[in-house]
Amino acid sequence: MESTDFEPKIVAFLCNWCTYTGADLAGTSRIQYPPNVRIIRLMCSGSVDPTYVLKALLDGADGVFIGGCHPGDCHYQSGNYKARRRVVALKEILKQAGLDEDRVWLRWISASEGQRFADTVKEMVEALKAKGPNPLRQEWAV
Amino acid sequence: MRSVIPVENNDPQAALRGLLKRLLEKEVVEAVLVPMATPGGAVTPALVTEAGLLDAAVPLAPVMGLNAARVAGPVSVREPRGRIAVVLRPCEYRALVELVKLQQASLDDMLTVVVDCLGTYTVPDYTTMLADGGVGQERLWAAARSGDMAPREGYAFRDACQMCEKPHAEGGTIQVELFGADLASGLPVVLPDDMATTLGLSAAAADGQRPAVVERVVAARTKARDERFAAIRQRLAEGTVEAVFAACVRCHNCMTACPICYCKTCLFKSPVFDHEPVQYMNWARRKGAYRLPGDTMLFHLTRLNHMVLSCIGCGVCSDACPADLPVAQVFRAIGQQVQAEFDYVPGRSVEEPLPLITFKENEWLEVGE
Repeated sequence: MESTDFEPKIVAFLCNWCTYTGADLAGTSRIQYPPNVRIIRLMCSGSVDPTYVLKALLDGADGVFIGGCHPGDCHYQSGNYKARRRVVALKEILKQAGLDEDRVWLRWISASEGQRFADTVKEMVEALKAKGPNPLRQEWAV
Repeated sequence: MRSVIPVENNDPQAALRGLLKRLLEKEVVEAVLVPMATPGGAVTPALVTEAGLLDAAVPLAPVMGLNAARVAGPVSVREPRGRIAVVLRPCEYRALVELVKLQQASLDDMLTVVVDCLGTYTVPDYTTMLADGGVGQERLWAAARSGDMAPREGYAFRDACQMCEKPHAEGGTIQVELFGADLASGLPVVLPDDMATTLGLSAAAADGQRPAVVERVVAARTKARDERFAAIRQRLAEGTVEAVFAACVRCHNCMTACPICYCKTCLFKSPVFDHEPVQYMNWARRKGAYRLPGDTMLFHLTRLNHMVLSCIGCGVCSDACPADLPVAQVFRAIGQQVQAEFDYVPGRSVEEPLPLITFKENEWLEVGE
């Protein structure tokens, strides 16, 4: 597949209070961003069980984007700090298991950062296009 | 303080039984959780209240079918409970420490007796040996002096034991020190002074052999461990975790056996990953074929994410695997890297918080941007 034809699929787990609201702001502000992202709204980035990130990757998503409040701004005080530790462990496990840890992104985007949300999606789409499709997408034996 | 319990008839196990009996008789504890031999010879943990029944206790039997921390949890986790002594191998003690931090066990009314581990066999090997001339643990006890424990001819210690670099008792209330000891004459134990007084034990000087013996055993095991880690990492790098677990039959025995995997409502015992029939068709059409049951790699990767920081390397997962997959090697090799990332040593201390329930504000700034 030519990399120019390849449109990556991104599964995004966004926290209700910051990044989801930031995505909403991008929309209401009519900021254009690539339509490659499928958003799942959660109450907190700290409630993302790595199993769902893995499920998305193993079922063929090209990237997973976890979005939370900036450090210090978590609606639940510390959920994003705990999310960060879980992502650190997840990335290390992916790396050790021979899988591509760079397909998982953790970003802090506040409710007022609609432009930053759009820019982050653009940046991630470009990075994933450069990587090419997730090889697991065509693996039948996973 | 260190005391040496006299050994008679070349049987240090009887001496250890005697210590356990005294704990009951002096009412230091109300029960002892210890490996017991059933009339048929099988070894199983049991919670013993009757001192006379401790004649069947086999705390030094070189067999490991399950991690005793798993059974120490339910008998200790909440009040009301009995005051008990639990006899544990070092890996079982480490698992117990993790379970305490996971709030699945409590040390509050528990006295732990941590025993140096000279190496263990799988249950099938142990059973076969019993029926065929015996296990030969007397030879192991004699070899404890030098640290050169060899398995019975034609058998091997469990893979986890061969790569165990922490076979020596550390932590716990009482340590039973087999390494470096002349077990034909006496069984060295380290215990709190007041308990020694209650039990009528007097202080005895160490003969100084132990540290050097432990050091040599640890060095040899570390080498064996690192060779396994290198081989498994090579396989992971060449074919990913998928290739290593390709023959998995999804029995989930590894999870059931694992002392750390305690969740009663495990995702993989739930319908969370059951999909609509048409969804399986969609996957099969897209990929041309779809492995069933699905989510095999997901299962192992999820278990890695959920428990590998607390993996203490007991290896019961590998023994439980009907496909003979090197589960413990994979989990230990990956666990070593993840634990190092968090500077966490599972089983080291109940005071040390689990890495995923704590945090610092300024850490891994490059991971979340």
